[in-house]
Amino acid sequence: MAEKPITGEKKAFMTGNEVVAWAALCAGVDIMYGYPITPQNEIMHYWTRLVPKHGRKFMQTEDEISAGFTTLGGVMAGKKAFTATAGPGNVLMQESMTMAEMMRIPSVVVVQQRGGPSTATVIYAQQEVTMTTLGGNGEGFRVVYSTANHQELFDYTIKSFNTAWKYRFPTFILGDGYQAKMRDSVVMYDPEERGIQMVPTEPFVGKPGCPGQDRAPTHLRNTYNIEEELEEVVLQYLADYKKMAPEIVEYETFATEEDCDILLVSHGIVSRAALAAVKTLREQGMKVGYFRPITLRPFPVKELQKEASKVGKILVAESALGQFNRLVKEALYGMDKAPQIVELFRPGVGITDEEIMKKTKEVL
Amino acid sequence: MSENLMSIQPSMPKCWNIATKPHKFCPGCGHGIVLKCLGEAIDELGIQERVVFGCDIGCSLLAWDFFACDTIQTHHGRTTPVMTGVKRAVPDRIVIAYMGDGGGYAIGSQHLFNSATRNEKITAILVNNTNYGMTGGQMAPTTLPGQKTETCPYGRDLENDGYPTKGPEAVAAITPEGAYIARGTVAKPRDLKKYIKKALETQLNGTGFSFVEALSGCPTNWRTNAADTWNMIEKKMTEFYEPKELKVPGKEG
Amino acid sequence: MAGMIRIALAGEGGQGVQLVAELLAEAANHEGKEAIYIPNFGVEQRGGVSIAYVQISDKPIGAPKFKAADIVVALSDRAIDRTKVHVGAQTIFVYDNSDWVTPGAKDEIIGQQFNQHESDSMLIDQEAESVGIQPRKSKPILPANAKEVIEIPATEVAKNELTPRVFNMVILGSVIKATGVMGLEEIKQALEKKIGNKFEKNPQLRELNYQALTRGMQLVNKVF
Repeated sequence: MAEKPITGEKKAFMTGNEVVAWAALCAGVDIMYGYPITPQNEIMHYWTRLVPKHGRKFMQTEDEISAGFTTLGGVMAGKKAFTATAGPGNVLMQESMTMAEMMRIPSVVVVQQRGGPSTATVIYAQQEVTMTTLGGNGEGFRVVYSTANHQELFDYTIKSFNTAWKYRFPTFILGDGYQAKMRDSVVMYDPEERGIQMVPTEPFVGKPGCPGQDRAPTHLRNTYNIEEELEEVVLQYLADYKKMAPEIVEYETFATEEDCDILLVSHGIVSRAALAAVKTLREQGMKVGYFRPITLRPFPVKELQKEASKVGKILVAESALGQFNRLVKEALYGMDKAPQIVELFRPGVGITDEEIMKKTKEVL
Repeated sequence: MSENLMSIQPSMPKCWNIATKPHKFCPGCGHGIVLKCLGEAIDELGIQERVVFGCDIGCSLLAWDFFACDTIQTHHGRTTPVMTGVKRAVPDRIVIAYMGDGGGYAIGSQHLFNSATRNEKITAILVNNTNYGMTGGQMAPTTLPGQKTETCPYGRDLENDGYPTKGPEAVAAITPEGAYIARGTVAKPRDLKKYIKKALETQLNGTGFSFVEALSGCPTNWRTNAADTWNMIEKKMTEFYEPKELKVPGKEG
Repeated sequence: MAGMIRIALAGEGGQGVQLVAELLAEAANHEGKEAIYIPNFGVEQRGGVSIAYVQISDKPIGAPKFKAADIVVALSDRAIDRTKVHVGAQTIFVYDNSDWVTPGAKDEIIGQQFNQHESDSMLIDQEAESVGIQPRKSKPILPANAKEVIEIPATEVAKNELTPRVFNMVILGSVIKATGVMGLEEIKQALEKKIGNKFEKNPQLRELNYQALTRGMQLVNKVF
């Protein structure tokens, strides 16, 4: 491969979309496939400008169905490939992503959430949680990282390629329109200089040797004849998924080792507001804790149950009508005494520290 | 400016929705001209009441409240199938699927070509301004070789980015007898209106699929002044996309 | 000003609001502070109120948007109206009280599928386009609850002494003087970084912008 795009550490102040383009570059991405949709267009704009200098490739497809499937093609050919989308484009990618689930294809998709359903707004929401974690006609064999700031966008975009290629589940970066468009600081680096082992890609098709002579031909399919055959495959995937989960589950807590009356649970950019709220409320003497899943799939179930078992109430804040809350409730199921859930749902609208503090004070 | 001058409205087609004028398209945009031709055609044919107007995402979306006709704003590329669905259910409606280059030749291409080849009795009007305007100027299927856009910032390279799409030629090749296919340009609005009117007449007569591509300008994303904008529409685009009628019902080849 | 400072800026599309906001954020980031800038997604390209949110802090910043601002900068009468919701008892309200104003274009466009281009050296440069100014017809209705209201005749000063298109730099000069949020040198550095390549082609532009900043600072005689 050619020279590294970044050596040493580079501090930058840029938009989230630009961060994603640089992260993909640093991760060694060979090719990006994409189709225009706001608010992720600039990932392509930056990528196409970086491409000639760094010997990478770009293809604009005819739509997101194609962008998803061409990405799978690139991945199966053994190259590090990704795509990015949002909203209705994400809807169209469900077909290709279920193929990735079924065939264990290590695809990477960056999703910059916008309002929904349908075209809605081009701005921001957290309304693609259900779709990105459990979309298509699959069983949720996906890895989803929900980032909250530009450093994470950079770190996790790089990580998603390693996670995908190591465990062979389609992997997603779940960002949003605010992260895409805002300027925030980031430190960019070459992953190998930081000791991050980049997982090599390998082709599914086109391995060395002549098929039928030097090696068995590779015959890939996603279709099965009888029910039991399918069940066997799916249960095996489930076993793989459960085995992998503890290795990649990530989450964050704050002030939970102290006494808590209420736990604030949120993800993505809303968790920034929640963390700021918890810090301020603690200063004011209130007993508030913070929990944030970073992986929405696999969800940090036992970790959340552990913190939730210490409180009587949890406040779930999200810019959607309970899509994240649904994951939370599923995770809490089975607890001896599950806490009461207080909802702060603002579908398609940003949530500020002040709003979270106000709601917390109301219910305590 | 005196009050009197302000109260004189420019003449507008009767089927236009006066409440939403002046319209919201960019200064120098071609959509205004195309919609004026369409409006005049609707008036002359007296079909305002029967029209169902469908628009896409992209700049065509800004036409969602443009006409005093019933309108459906759909999803990107899905205007053709929605209008087809309306027509199949209630054939008396005069349906117009209005879209841009992406909505017709990229994401909507499977619908355009299938409706065409089945000879659906709908009228599709596609505004070709060689880029995806609304989302900030990305490459379109109609971007010319060498033309710079946000996703081909060094110019469209035929090897890497592929060849542009000649939509009317493709549609003319696959439609059976009875279809009407034409390419007009906002630089020649009289011809454009004639083509649009003939397309609607094709639907009124029930002979088949009708499709008009309109060459148009996008000074906002081309970043061109008025002179350069017209040069692009009149000279550069017509070198590649020839304005003419490609298929007329009852006329051979 | 210590701790966290929240700045909401608004103006007509084309007045260069986003550039001013980005310069503040970039300068702060360069200083080693935490900074976040986020634009709103109005119909900025061709009119419509453009709003920007900037937060500067010593500590990590929470949500990118906020309600109550410490400083509100309103560059047009419509912007004054739109930013009222961000004015609280601690807010310093800065507005342009020139006899010349930028008229607002219609902005009720439903379905705009696009947000503004970033003013980044890799993409497109952005500077205050002159959207045309006209004599003021009516007095704006100012918020009653601000801590302090600062009047800057930026459009007039720019029009009479420099050129209308740098009026956003005049306001920026006034803002940094009045609030002490950033120094002139830091803003100049951020400006160089952002549109320095334009200055290379046209050095007079640099002079013009610097003069506008300095002039803006002169219009304010104390730090609030």
